[in-house]
Amino acid sequence: MKKDLAILFLALMIMIAVPLWAGEGFLLHFFILLLMNIALGTAWNLIGGFAGQLSLGHAAFFGMGAYAATLAHLRWNLPGWQGIWLGGMLSLLVALMLGWICFRLKGPYFALATIALAEVLRLVAQNWKEMTQGSEGLLILLPLFSHKSQFYYAALFITFVTVLAATLVRHSKLGYYLFAIREDQEAAESLGVNLLGYKLIALLVSAFFTALAGGFYAFYVGFIDPASTLTVERSVEMVLPAIIGGIGTVFGPAVGAVAITGLSEGLRLWFLSAHYLIYGVLVVVVILFMPEGILGSLGMFWRRKRRAPI
Amino acid sequence: MSPVLIFVQTLLSGLLTGGLYVQIGIGLSLIFGVMRIINFAHGELMLVGMYLSYALFTIFGIDPFLSLIIVAPVLFFVGAAIERIFIQPVSRAKEENQILLTVGLSLIISNGFLLLFGADYRNVTTSYSGSVFYLGPISLSLPMSLSFLVTLVMTVSLYLFLMKSWTGRAIRATAEDREAAMLIGIDARRMGLIAFGIGTALVGVAGSLLDPIYYIFPGAGGPFTLKAFVVTVLGGMGSITGAMAGGLLLGVAESLGAVYLSSGYKDAIGLLLFLGVLLVKPSGLFGRSRL
Repeated sequence: MKKDLAILFLALMIMIAVPLWAGEGFLLHFFILLLMNIALGTAWNLIGGFAGQLSLGHAAFFGMGAYAATLAHLRWNLPGWQGIWLGGMLSLLVALMLGWICFRLKGPYFALATIALAEVLRLVAQNWKEMTQGSEGLLILLPLFSHKSQFYYAALFITFVTVLAATLVRHSKLGYYLFAIREDQEAAESLGVNLLGYKLIALLVSAFFTALAGGFYAFYVGFIDPASTLTVERSVEMVLPAIIGGIGTVFGPAVGAVAITGLSEGLRLWFLSAHYLIYGVLVVVVILFMPEGILGSLGMFWRRKRRAPI
Repeated sequence: MSPVLIFVQTLLSGLLTGGLYVQIGIGLSLIFGVMRIINFAHGELMLVGMYLSYALFTIFGIDPFLSLIIVAPVLFFVGAAIERIFIQPVSRAKEENQILLTVGLSLIISNGFLLLFGADYRNVTTSYSGSVFYLGPISLSLPMSLSFLVTLVMTVSLYLFLMKSWTGRAIRATAEDREAAMLIGIDARRMGLIAFGIGTALVGVAGSLLDPIYYIFPGAGGPFTLKAFVVTVLGGMGSITGAMAGGLLLGVAESLGAVYLSSGYKDAIGLLLFLGVLLVKPSGLFGRSRL
């Protein structure tokens, strides 16, 4: 716990200094994307990694956050942060319903239901034209901040709180219950762990932070439409950091986010619109050859080394 | 048109669409039944069938209904190869990893087509693409009805194959109880390979059948993966007969929903139905027999 917190605060110190040397151009934009991927990956990891409940529809929470923040701003003139909170609250409500439906079931139903939820929301965003303007999308004309560095610090705040929450959960009783559920549901249940309750808490926390990041995204980019917020590809993007960095570890998603942000921004020009191809290849390669991710594999390597007789 | 006629018309065209959903869904259900793996690349494998049949049409002028004879075996081997190379190594891995692997495959296939052929919407325009025939006052699309017949023939032959042939029985035994099947000398891994091949061939044929009536583009597969999920969950995962009923039900529900509720939300109806079934009867609407 202390070690993880120390790492987290050290990382925070380093990240606080980034705008001092990165300027206001593409480099800072890259760091904002990186922070968003860290926040999203870490939030996903709470339910997907810690509790082992594979969600392939986190775009639902992301999109809800983005749309709630944007609509609150455009239709009701709420200030930015309030809209972002509103999105968080809304996604808590939806996560509660989704979890209540799925977590009583064993098997792959949760993964399927999350996709169904995201898809239903995408269709609503597409068809409820009076509210969302359908696939035309919504444009935020007045930016929330005038400087990119202000966006950067907002992103840093959201990311820091998300990773802090993950660290605290990981080392709390809740974290141990979640790990027990992930490893063996039946065994955990027989020891009196409340499966439904703890899985629900993990999903709620995860959905909340995902929606916050979604709200931030809307204000940062200044434009949202169903295709950029509510697609399966968006959901996969949230799964990737954890898978690549190390599923179920505190800092795995951050490590994975560095890898995928670098790769996708670096190769975007190369593949243009087909850059999801890279994601596909990454997923397949990691699952086949490094199923524990970067940090997981490193961890195993160290343990083996320590255990080896001299 | 009288309200009754409209209803009958909607019902019948829903059944025809449902036939296609059956063709798409039974493959997924078969694969899940035998291998306990949900194939998230199912719709993208259909895309392979669509593009293959499109290529055969534009290069050699072979009609999509004829190219089935080529598409089915080719897709069988594509499926078998995918099973051997990608699925087999994770057959003992965690369920999440198996699902993620197939998600990765789906991204590779759809974006591979995007890279190769671009985002253009292509179509196969046959002489009968838009033609209809009349049953009294009710009009039915000719290509849809033909595909319904093809689906009927294929599902009946699949059913007979699973029930009567030795391999079919071995596949069912593997789905029923993998360990027991292995104990009596069934090569469960081979059955998985065959099931994956057959499932892929079936969905590839569905791609061929879709060609004359639908657009061919890299994103065409994804929505059908979702339809296949809905079909299998409605029918009970792993149940072939359930998938048939589920497919027809989905087709009818969508068709009725499009006419009586809203056409924009047509695709949401199946998904809501799906969430509803999970809430009320997660084993599927039609019992829980496996295969």
